[in-house]
Amino acid sequence: MFEQSIATLAKKLRNKDISSVELTRLFLARIAKLDPQLNSFITVSEQRALEQAAVADTLLQSGKGTSLTGIPVAHKDLFCTEGTLTTCGSKMLHNFIPPYESTVTSRIQQAGAVMLGKTNMDEFAMGSSNENSFYGAVKNPWNLDMVPGGSSGGSAAAVAAGLAVAATGTDTGGSIRQPASFCGITGLKPTYGRVSRFGMIAYASSLDQGGPMAKSAEDCAHLMQAMAGFDEKDSTSADKPTDDYLANLSAPLTGLKIGLPKEYFGNGLDPKVADVIMSAVKEFEELGATVKEISLPNLQLSIPSYYVIAPSEASSNLSRFDGVRFGHRCDNPQDLLDMYMRSRAEGFGTEVQKRIMVGTYALSEGYYDAYYLKAQKIRRLIKEDFVKALEEVDVIMGPVAPTTAFGLGSKTNDPVAMYLEDIYTLSVNLAGIPAMSVPAGFADGMPVGLQIMGNYFAEAKLLNVAHQYQQHTDWHLQTPNMAKGA
Amino acid sequence: MNWEVVIGLEIHTQLSTKSKLFSGAAVGFGAEPNTQTTLVDLGMPGALPVFNKEALRMAVMFGHAINAEIGMTSVFARKNYFYPDLPKGYQTSQMDHPIVGKGYLDVVLDDGTTSRIGITRAHLEEDAGKSLHEDFQGMTGIDLNRSSTPLLEIVSEPDIRSAKEAVAYVKMIHSIVTYLGICDGNMAEGSMRCDINLSLRPKGQKEYGTRTEIKNVNSFRFIEKAIYTEIERQADILEDGGRIIQETRLYDPEKNETRSMRSKEDANDYRYFPCPDLLPVVLTQEYVDDIKTSLPELPSQKAARFQSEYALSEYDASVLSSSRAMAEFFENANDVVKDAKLTTNWVMGELSKLLNQEQLDIENSPVNAQAFGELLVRIKDDTINGKTAKDVFQAMWNGEGSADEIIEAKGLKQVTDTGAIEAMIQTILDANAAQVEQYRAADDDKQKKMIGFFVGQVMKASQGKANPGLVNPILARMLKG
Amino acid sequence: MSIDKQDVQKIAHLARLALTEADADQYQHSLSSVLSLVEQMQSVNTDGVEPLSNPLEMTQRLREDVVTEENRRDAFLANAPQAEAGLFLVPKVID
Repeated sequence: MFEQSIATLAKKLRNKDISSVELTRLFLARIAKLDPQLNSFITVSEQRALEQAAVADTLLQSGKGTSLTGIPVAHKDLFCTEGTLTTCGSKMLHNFIPPYESTVTSRIQQAGAVMLGKTNMDEFAMGSSNENSFYGAVKNPWNLDMVPGGSSGGSAAAVAAGLAVAATGTDTGGSIRQPASFCGITGLKPTYGRVSRFGMIAYASSLDQGGPMAKSAEDCAHLMQAMAGFDEKDSTSADKPTDDYLANLSAPLTGLKIGLPKEYFGNGLDPKVADVIMSAVKEFEELGATVKEISLPNLQLSIPSYYVIAPSEASSNLSRFDGVRFGHRCDNPQDLLDMYMRSRAEGFGTEVQKRIMVGTYALSEGYYDAYYLKAQKIRRLIKEDFVKALEEVDVIMGPVAPTTAFGLGSKTNDPVAMYLEDIYTLSVNLAGIPAMSVPAGFADGMPVGLQIMGNYFAEAKLLNVAHQYQQHTDWHLQTPNMAKGA
Repeated sequence: MNWEVVIGLEIHTQLSTKSKLFSGAAVGFGAEPNTQTTLVDLGMPGALPVFNKEALRMAVMFGHAINAEIGMTSVFARKNYFYPDLPKGYQTSQMDHPIVGKGYLDVVLDDGTTSRIGITRAHLEEDAGKSLHEDFQGMTGIDLNRSSTPLLEIVSEPDIRSAKEAVAYVKMIHSIVTYLGICDGNMAEGSMRCDINLSLRPKGQKEYGTRTEIKNVNSFRFIEKAIYTEIERQADILEDGGRIIQETRLYDPEKNETRSMRSKEDANDYRYFPCPDLLPVVLTQEYVDDIKTSLPELPSQKAARFQSEYALSEYDASVLSSSRAMAEFFENANDVVKDAKLTTNWVMGELSKLLNQEQLDIENSPVNAQAFGELLVRIKDDTINGKTAKDVFQAMWNGEGSADEIIEAKGLKQVTDTGAIEAMIQTILDANAAQVEQYRAADDDKQKKMIGFFVGQVMKASQGKANPGLVNPILARMLKG
Repeated sequence: MSIDKQDVQKIAHLARLALTEADADQYQHSLSSVLSLVEQMQSVNTDGVEPLSNPLEMTQRLREDVVTEENRRDAFLANAPQAEAGLFLVPKVID
């Protein structure tokens, strides 16, 4: 049951083969049994889940609801959920119960989905391994000694292990795609502005974007139907009608023009990963697509540009965590300054403090032009590379990450090395285009994700391309051993 | 040493929108703490700002009123610093691309001279909350009702050279924003607050001296006094060979002195950068032009019209147009009586006197313009004379009724019946035969001096009700014999 | 590009983060390595390139000036570390 698609489950719910309460209990039981090994949830909201399931069952009884009605999902713990603890993976918010609901979770709830709980993540979405969580590292279901990727590592691990049908994630520099790749699931980072950021705890406002993480492109499309769309509460939300993400999933790929950026296949790419990607590309050729080499010449610069822009915005976004109105406050502050300094030093982990300081430095007097402004100019060069490339091709393909999941603790001592691993994902956020990670095979027993990037607001196209691939492959149907037989 | 004072002002005007600059929470003064807040104003995690349309329109109106360039693309920036009444840890403001660019104002001083004060810019920003220092377990209480209230910060060039000029400039800004209806102008409630940048330099020197900034002065009188005391303080230091420290100071009206704000001395690096949660505000020429054509009459325009339309003196016109409410009162009263000179004299005389005595704004005058005009009509049509009118006005002020009701009730109507006046005069002439003799013997010059005695007697006998316009010629005729 | 420990303490103060001596040593090292990483930007010629702060380059939408929010003070104060009489409490602020 746990490995079935949203469409299948929706049909079973509608046919009363199973009730939402039964389905929810099944997933709650799986979480209780398997999550102690994975640590993918920070909060399991059993009561809320069962209440929502009961409501869903009533709706289904009367033949109402959507394809998500009664489907148990999980939310990354940076979406504010009214009445349910929202920690953002941080000690800072260990006691924060929002009195409001994010637009994303609210829309998914409106569609009738059941919230199982809140998933683990790198603190404030800063990290690529999920080792930066105050609530402990998450393990990769394919190999418990490996990281699940980050920052949406909890969502990726939970979906891969069948602890939730689907989940939400957020992607600032690869935080949906890289864990999706490492855990062998399908993830979509939509165009910047396609999914509302209201109620999403900000890391870097001009890069953050929420998106679906699920077993297949089709499941992602079901979530996008609910998540995507204009929100008047978010000034950066695109006031543009959404596509029907399900309608064109089956469109043939004949004549699809695929670009392979040579910069994605250079030094640093694990040859075994390269092999997986190239065989996936061949598969597309067999489906009628044509392939050409393209160039994204400024790719390398996405790393410095990102690691200035994101920390700069973060340094300001995270100033509100000051121990005054919510969250952690140190014991017995001597005075106001002491309250600020200690509350923040105690509440934030090392990586978060480091990025706050990098950003503070980059914005400070005398350095602004050399860092922040320079990074914004380079950001334009990177965007222009994509715009030019996408005039020639329909989609761009490449690896999501240079390697498969790495060992827990293997890179914690060299964070800059970890930053370099983000090379294939960062530029997409800087440009604001949509991109997916699609399971494309295995290297040394660990999943490899194919990255598919498209033009602004071409989510439906990306889902169509990924879905067609998944109709001809079964990589996305593989289940890690630990998830089986539970 | 002969010092020249150099002053630049930053005036924060609170725009009178219904809702906040970036949220749908209500704006208002005096509500229970933290009851006019939403997650945006409280800086809650995941909260996002959306810009208020009306605040934009008001800022553009102001830009037109000061002859300024309008920022066709303006950008909100974050000013980062930590303070408990600043919930997000940054203030959303405008830095490199303000909504209103360079403009100017011609300020008319008391002595009738005009000086042009340059305005560097005016930008939109959100207000902070309030720290309440009453003792809450020895702690400070934070009320965020004011957080995200829209402010227009108007920054002048350092063109001001005296306290008087500073006050005249602030009064002019006050008058403009209230005319435009973009600010209630209530300084006591903090709707207009002024930061004063002040430095001294030896007369004739080009370079500016080191300046201090006096924060948050909120009355015309305090602005004037703060400037005088700060000039004195700086001059004392400089004349003793000392140096001025660039710092933020606070004016204490009780002690009439400025003192250093130590807590703000912490050298700040505000790390301004464009707010990524807000996008550039881009205006169309049509939008900007539409606002310009629909602008209400401004004080200087009104003053010019008062001079030409009502033949008022420059001084009278500028006093009557200094506030929109005063000008409206004048025009409404004059519509009733249709005598601009009479109306001017009475608005600037009796009405202003009573308002001042009771420290009332003209908006709160117990006698409205219509009733006031009706009183003036009774002067104009000789129902009462000017002296009686003052008593009637006082009675109206006390709520005793309309002018006509009071005149009727108190029997104050002038005696205009010539027969009755003649009879009254005859009685007086009979009772003062000796004085009549003297009068008749005197030459013209002396007669002119002596007639006052008889007029006084008549008025006394009539209890002030005899129409002086009638008394004089009849008396002159009857005295001739 | 490297920064010294004093720089680190200055930045930490601006960001209101209390650092121990040991923390400062560690951050001096890690901040320096990040700054070296981003230093490669300086070799790129960006003359005449407009900075890009929002990928879609949209313009600001305007909200009607209407009050849409009601008073939810108690719900918000429930998360406050310390509150009294409807106020958030902080250690004494000295002006």
